[in-house]
Amino acid sequence: MSDKKKELKPNTYKFDTLSLHAGYQPHKNAGSRQVPIYQTTSYLFDDVDHAAALFNLERGGHIYSRISNPTVGVLEERVASLEGGTAALATSSGMSAIFLTVMTLCEAGDHLVVSSQLYGGTVNLFRLTLPKFGIKCTFVKPRDTEGFKKAIQKNTKGIFGELVGNPGNEIMNMPEIAKIAHDAGIPLMVDATYQTPYLCKPFEHGADIVIHSLTKWMAGHGSSMAGILVEGGKFDWMQNDKFPTMTKPYEGYHGLSFAEEFGPTAFTMKARAEGMRDFGPCLSPQNAWNVLQGIETLSVRMKKHCSNAEEMVKYLSNHESVAWVSHPSVPDHPDHELAKKLLPNGRGSMIAFGIKGGKDAGVAFINNVKLASHLANVGDTRTLVIHPASGTHSQMDEATLKFAGLSHDMIRLSVGIEDIDDIKNDFEIGFRAARKPRLVSNQ
Amino acid sequence: MKFKVNGHEVFASTGGRQFDKKKPLIIFVHGSGLTHMTWVLQTRYFAFHGYNALAVDLPGHGLSSGESLKSIEEMADWVSDVIDAVGHKEASLVGHSQGCLVTVECTSRYPNKIKTLSLMGGAGAIPMNPELLSLAENNDPKAVDLMMDWAHGPAGHFGGHPVPGLYHINTGTMLAKSRTIQNTLGVDFRACDNYKNGFDAAKKIKCPTLSILATDDKMCPVKEGKKLASLIQGSQVDIIDNCGHMMLLEEADRVLTVLKKFITTNYPPLSR
Repeated sequence: MSDKKKELKPNTYKFDTLSLHAGYQPHKNAGSRQVPIYQTTSYLFDDVDHAAALFNLERGGHIYSRISNPTVGVLEERVASLEGGTAALATSSGMSAIFLTVMTLCEAGDHLVVSSQLYGGTVNLFRLTLPKFGIKCTFVKPRDTEGFKKAIQKNTKGIFGELVGNPGNEIMNMPEIAKIAHDAGIPLMVDATYQTPYLCKPFEHGADIVIHSLTKWMAGHGSSMAGILVEGGKFDWMQNDKFPTMTKPYEGYHGLSFAEEFGPTAFTMKARAEGMRDFGPCLSPQNAWNVLQGIETLSVRMKKHCSNAEEMVKYLSNHESVAWVSHPSVPDHPDHELAKKLLPNGRGSMIAFGIKGGKDAGVAFINNVKLASHLANVGDTRTLVIHPASGTHSQMDEATLKFAGLSHDMIRLSVGIEDIDDIKNDFEIGFRAARKPRLVSNQ
Repeated sequence: MKFKVNGHEVFASTGGRQFDKKKPLIIFVHGSGLTHMTWVLQTRYFAFHGYNALAVDLPGHGLSSGESLKSIEEMADWVSDVIDAVGHKEASLVGHSQGCLVTVECTSRYPNKIKTLSLMGGAGAIPMNPELLSLAENNDPKAVDLMMDWAHGPAGHFGGHPVPGLYHINTGTMLAKSRTIQNTLGVDFRACDNYKNGFDAAKKIKCPTLSILATDDKMCPVKEGKKLASLIQGSQVDIIDNCGHMMLLEEADRVLTVLKKFITTNYPPLSR
């Protein structure tokens, strides 16, 4: 028998267990092992006093499924637990999660500093739509860390970026940019859709709000649209006078101060109480359930996504039809070392590569692959390809395309979890077709 | 609201309602290393139903200034001073965990001031695990992680927060880490460990008292809570199944329902 004293260790559940169980107690749901789909619009009140208490945030519970729903609530808690956050709010899509985040943070006359390497739809939101609400943005290239600092103005309310830029795979130096944000008394908001909490937990690197399009790897099966914002709980909204809607009495709830009352969950409480009430981008319980099914196998899928991606990087890097490959696992990728630090469990399954022959070759490749699907999504279990200049980013003019780091030969690849040999064989078909126009023109 | 006690600024949540001296006062006292926010699912109800609900941040905790008080006896006197500072002559007290030691001691010291006493996850003594105490006093965040693990029952570890979207283990962790651990949790744990007067203090209490206990409470087990309650004349006991030490979050609705009935019966609100 050993005399060695047993070291005390917390026995809170780990990532894989939380993926399956967090946010749900079967004994409170008729013993149902699976999370029930609460397909309902509204919820009975016990009496008038109970109704008033729910409306006034005096007690927890559900009123109307635009504001909250028990199935959606399980998803919210589950993602908050996986991210190491205090609270989360699920929405109908990733874009609505970004919009809700901005509208919870900002008022007309405010300013944001935004990474220039973003999904095309997000660029348009910041560049064209938010100015209509009086919110202006300054775009900074994600590797220009000092540029983020210089772009901060008196009325700047936050910094926003994708952890790994879409589609060029530029990585934000999150710890340094978080420090810049916090020194200025503003939060850092990070879209970590490409990583999922399995690859990176942005709160551990200084982020304050994390946003996901759950439609992608989290749900994973290309079946359902969903988004979420997650709160880290560390940001002190009361440290300065920049966030009066968080700290001052709010007329909509009898003079409630969200920061005073809810502290580390204040942002989420405001986003729900005000944003879901007024904008209403609620997630359907069926879609929440579909996403929950995906999250149950998140770590299993992400391992396979990443191993397949690394195989594809090797294959593409040695291919005669490929001009260049961008993936954080490539040693000469500018952010290779940063990726090791921020993405220790894998560098993700998004690859950008340039096809020799430019735009025509790219079009021929896309039109001839059979297994890889040509569509606008990423993060499906299946392999997906698109030509950004003619697809996701097609609404951008030439100058904006260039600023976003896009080129006409770029193909965006979201590596699926099929057998790796089948993906390579399919790409061979695409590359053969891509070479044909050049052979013809050379004759 | 903010006010001063012994020269130091005190923060207390009023549940989102203006403080009104005409209304009866309920003071909520948090547990070791935590803040007023642990009471958010109880205070707002009372604030909107005829009471001044004052969830205080103990000195050096949350948004209150000053240094953490080093003994339960000092904290008990401080709670009495809070009643004076806000211009009241009497109050109901509600305590959780360490807050139970504080409110029991306060009630025994100031019997004419305290009208009802509600104890959640309470015991007559809370001796600390020496290793946990050492971790907290040495500013090791593992102390918070261990506390959050032990403070939540098996069901609470899964989550299922009554407020949609909140994950309470991470929220509690964030509250306990919001200030320097050794100056809050470390000092509080030492104060709990040193306090020996709980059972004697309980024998002196004559006001209506309620103990809410939980079957899966590892920090203040039911038998310890019952032992304390047995020493308080006429004490009521309510036991929640399948719940841990953080009952005010894990079973917030049940706690509020029991608390509401007890306080409104024994210390009626000002009619709205």
